[in-house]
Amino acid sequence: MLEIRNLHVEADGNKILNGLDLTVKAGDVHAIMGPNGSGKSTLAHVIAGREEYEVTDGSITFMGKDLLEMEPEERAHAGVFLAFQYPVEIPGVNNTYFLKAAVNSVRKEQGLDELDAVDFLKLVKEKLKVLHMEESLLNRPVNDGFSGGEKKRNEIFQMAVLEPKLAILDETDSGLDIDALKDVANGVNALRDEGRGFLVVTHYQRLLNYIVPDFVHVLYKGKIARSGGKELALELEEKGYSEIEEAALSGK
Amino acid sequence: MSSTSTDQLEKLTQSEYKYGFTTEIESDTIPKGLNEDIIRMLSAKKEEPEWLLEWRLKAFANWQKMTEPNWANLSYPPIDYQDARYYSAPKKKPKLESLDEVDPELLETFKKLGISLEEQKRLTGVAVDAVFDSVSVATTYKEKLGELGIVFCSFSEAVKDHPELVKKYMGSVVPASDNFFAALNSAVFSDGSFVFVPKGVRCPMELSTYFRINAADTGQFERTLIIAEEGAYVSYLEGCTAPMRDENQLHAAVVEIVALDDAEVKYSTVQNWYPGDKDGKGGIYNFVTKRGACRGRNSKIRWTQVETGSAITWKYPSCILQGDNSVGEFYSVAVTNNHQVADTGTKMIHIGKNTKSTIISKGISAGVSQNSYRGLVKIMPGAENARNYSQCDSMLMGDRCGAHTFPYIEVKNPTAQLEHEATTSKIGEDQIFYCKQRGLSEEDAINLIVNGFCKEVFRELPMEFAVEAQKLLEISLENSVG
Repeated sequence: MLEIRNLHVEADGNKILNGLDLTVKAGDVHAIMGPNGSGKSTLAHVIAGREEYEVTDGSITFMGKDLLEMEPEERAHAGVFLAFQYPVEIPGVNNTYFLKAAVNSVRKEQGLDELDAVDFLKLVKEKLKVLHMEESLLNRPVNDGFSGGEKKRNEIFQMAVLEPKLAILDETDSGLDIDALKDVANGVNALRDEGRGFLVVTHYQRLLNYIVPDFVHVLYKGKIARSGGKELALELEEKGYSEIEEAALSGK
Repeated sequence: MSSTSTDQLEKLTQSEYKYGFTTEIESDTIPKGLNEDIIRMLSAKKEEPEWLLEWRLKAFANWQKMTEPNWANLSYPPIDYQDARYYSAPKKKPKLESLDEVDPELLETFKKLGISLEEQKRLTGVAVDAVFDSVSVATTYKEKLGELGIVFCSFSEAVKDHPELVKKYMGSVVPASDNFFAALNSAVFSDGSFVFVPKGVRCPMELSTYFRINAADTGQFERTLIIAEEGAYVSYLEGCTAPMRDENQLHAAVVEIVALDDAEVKYSTVQNWYPGDKDGKGGIYNFVTKRGACRGRNSKIRWTQVETGSAITWKYPSCILQGDNSVGEFYSVAVTNNHQVADTGTKMIHIGKNTKSTIISKGISAGVSQNSYRGLVKIMPGAENARNYSQCDSMLMGDRCGAHTFPYIEVKNPTAQLEHEATTSKIGEDQIFYCKQRGLSEEDAINLIVNGFCKEVFRELPMEFAVEAQKLLEISLENSVG
């Protein structure tokens, strides 16, 4: 469903991605790992359509469409979801109201009827249970005054409600305690199915104990330096990224 | 900001004023200029009693000795007060008994504004005293209110029917010599609203007036007086839209509120005077003096305003907290876009013991506009245990506009407790991207963020008004993020 070919990306004149290739098929979970500054978050944001990044070469195709030609909201309507590393606070805007507006804007674009308040609330309450989230969270302003863990849960909760085709998790595990990590993983696993692809960006192997990936890629200096199965994550955990760095330096 | 957002900003900021149309109704006007003769002519046309003419002339004499204030953070070309017309009334004066007798064209205008009186009468239960230009042409629910002893009529009618009340209270909160613009208003005020709620009566409906500037070159000098006797309660709504004009139009209103023991008055405004075009041409100059006197013990006055219009806004709805335990509140959203300039805020004067005041001000600036909050909290020596909480938040859209905060605090009693919080933020590209990633359009994202920012004020407005206010904000800020 997602085809990235020879992707080159710059921000403020700095090259961040240098010819990245990646294919994600529906039903697959891909983990993107790599050291700080390797371009992991950039990749996540470029797919979602963040404007500060300039794509200088290459292509991204999503379900047959040229993603780079689409506005961020059009990508969302097509089924791209990004769970933010730093979820944004919107003071004064009720969490439920926000999510309902989001769901209905997506439904509208997909030619579906908008959900009314009753149906929406029913949907939302089901999803809350999976994530062990308090109902009170629904009536608080979007991420405003949320703890780090609550923010991350809220991202996964939004994902669960929006049911995207491609979900990108940008370091969703950072700053989570073990219980929150499990809840987040459960939320993701509950959504795993044949029609949905995942791109899980993470520093640590820990998350991948709970969200077991089909593929693991190591990003280094803006390129995929190595790909493998879930065992690659364990190997990285053991050896660190130095071996990959050395390999890259020696031109292998 | 990114280029797309800037384009959006340009597009939004350049949207035309949606209520810019004029109505062709013959106006009965008097010549341009301002002098004693003009005032006599005006007073005669309105068939006013001698005492009121005297009052006007005295105010005019005062005004002539005064100079236009220049302390506000405003700049505008000098106003030629002799070049304005100080009276105009729709010529075909309709009778007030029935809407059928009102000029159909006028009714059509109300329909264009979405405030058709029939509909209002039928659906909303809001009594409307519609001020079209300077003379009231339709009043509804008057009888119903009359049964409770409530008077809700035009100022001119009140002068005729309740002269003792007008004499007693007019100028008692805003004296004719209070300031330059109040003095001008006192000399030439055309009409306005009058509300009297007698002792122990709770007004059962929201009272609402729509103002509208119409005839070209006609300065608008509305005057409103609201009196709530002991234990009375009233909620008053003032909303306005104005047709598009090239010339700058002067508007200097005076609003006085009196609350006696245990009385409560809520005054809500949605102000949408023509702000001028995107190049700053035209637009209303709005110099308003609004003041409420909490004269009685336990009395309460609340100002809620949503200001989106006018080229220039100079307005400080204030409370004089004279009665012990009296409460003053000010909730404000002021939006400026394009070349608009606003200098607005409040004054809370604590005189009585245990008096409390709350100030919540939200300023939103876009385009090349300048938006200033100016507020005074004054605690007098006798105001034991006075409390004030002030919160002033500013939001900037784009990088060519300005937000300013001028809080003045004078405390003459050591038992006072004051809190002041202020923030300035730029509407975040992060916030907009976050909303867009969830599927919202840029415009919806901006509206959502702005409405969230203003929530504390909107929730103080009556329901229908809150909806209208949100719509106005959307219109005012269309395409304005950068």
